Amino acid sequence: MMRWLLLFLGGALLGGIVHLATVIIMPRTATQDAYSRLARIAPVNTVISLPAPTPGGATMPFMDPAFATAICRYDLSKGTLKLTVPVSLAYTSISFYTRYDVAYYAINDRAAGRRVIELELMTVDQHNQIPEDEDVTAADRLIVDSPTLTGLIAIRALAPEARLMPTAQSTIAAAQCKQQDEPKSAR
Amino acid sequence: MRLLLGTLFAFAVAAIVGLGATYLALTRGAAFGAFTIGSWTAWPKTGTLDADPYARATIARTGQLPVALGDGVSFTAQSDDSGKLLDGRCDVVLSGITPAARFWTLTLYNVKGELVANAINRYGFTSQGIVRHADGSFVIVAGPRANPGNWLPTGGVERYALILRFYDTAVGVSTKAGREIPMPAISTRSCP
Repeated sequence: MMRWLLLFLGGALLGGIVHLATVIIMPRTATQDAYSRLARIAPVNTVISLPAPTPGGATMPFMDPAFATAICRYDLSKGTLKLTVPVSLAYTSISFYTRYDVAYYAINDRAAGRRVIELELMTVDQHNQIPEDEDVTAADRLIVDSPTLTGLIAIRALAPEARLMPTAQSTIAAAQCKQQDEPKSAR
Repeated sequence: MRLLLGTLFAFAVAAIVGLGATYLALTRGAAFGAFTIGSWTAWPKTGTLDADPYARATIARTGQLPVALGDGVSFTAQSDDSGKLLDGRCDVVLSGITPAARFWTLTLYNVKGELVANAINRYGFTSQGIVRHADGSFVIVAGPRANPGNWLPTGGVERYALILRFYDTAVGVSTKAGREIPMPAISTRSCP
């Protein structure tokens, strides 16, 4: 009896380890996560507009139907990225996600304070390679550091009323994300 | 033989306990740092790099992109204030006011996170799209049949979730305890 109890306790302890391991490994093995879903339809370093979610189908679950959404799936391995997003009438936001769909930065039209939001996205290494004087002179240059080499940028514009949706969609469609030239090697 | 049986038994217990706990944690949406007001729950940390392993696993499993904390905060309700699960065959009344935010949206999803089909193609409300009382408060009725005022069609589904998202807000960023934040009350009015 004692023996089986011990075996049970040992098994339960091992089960705890199995539980933690599966939770931690889950994001790396998921095939239906947002990045994998978008990788099938979104080319690299290009903005594509997502169709509005409908009851029949949506690109991702829990999309907010009041927003027009566009995605830029980025890859920084060949250079930094320049993102240009015109601001719509109501509310525009840009959210940055890592390869594993974790949000690491977001900015909205009010925080940016201008009609067109311009951002540069780079890895920490690429940021460190920018000559210092260049970094200082461009005071209004907005640089975002990506913790991963690949990831997602979600550009979203709110249509406060349904009839404003086409306006929100066309604003978002004008957004651009472009790979910049290979940074000049550090002196 | 006894050793083999014992080992197999221990492994079976490990598999059931380990995988069972993972399944339960991910389907119930367990994550640390939950922030509950009435029937509404938010996980503000899920929208940041500080997201814990449970939040990350849940995001990966469902396939959604969480609302980034710098963008807004998202509150989910799956039951009314008395703890009854939201039922699309009943009339569920949301009433009250919302915390300060530049915009908010309310959306009705089925348990899989899909929008629910209905005759008028309405899946939710925005802060500008609802009719309010003079004092700024509002009443929204979620139900299967048309209602005067702010009607949110449920399509008669058995279970659904309401997600209230606040954009450009300090909620979740600067608030620790949620007591001073006003959120709409949820009550089930009539069930067939």
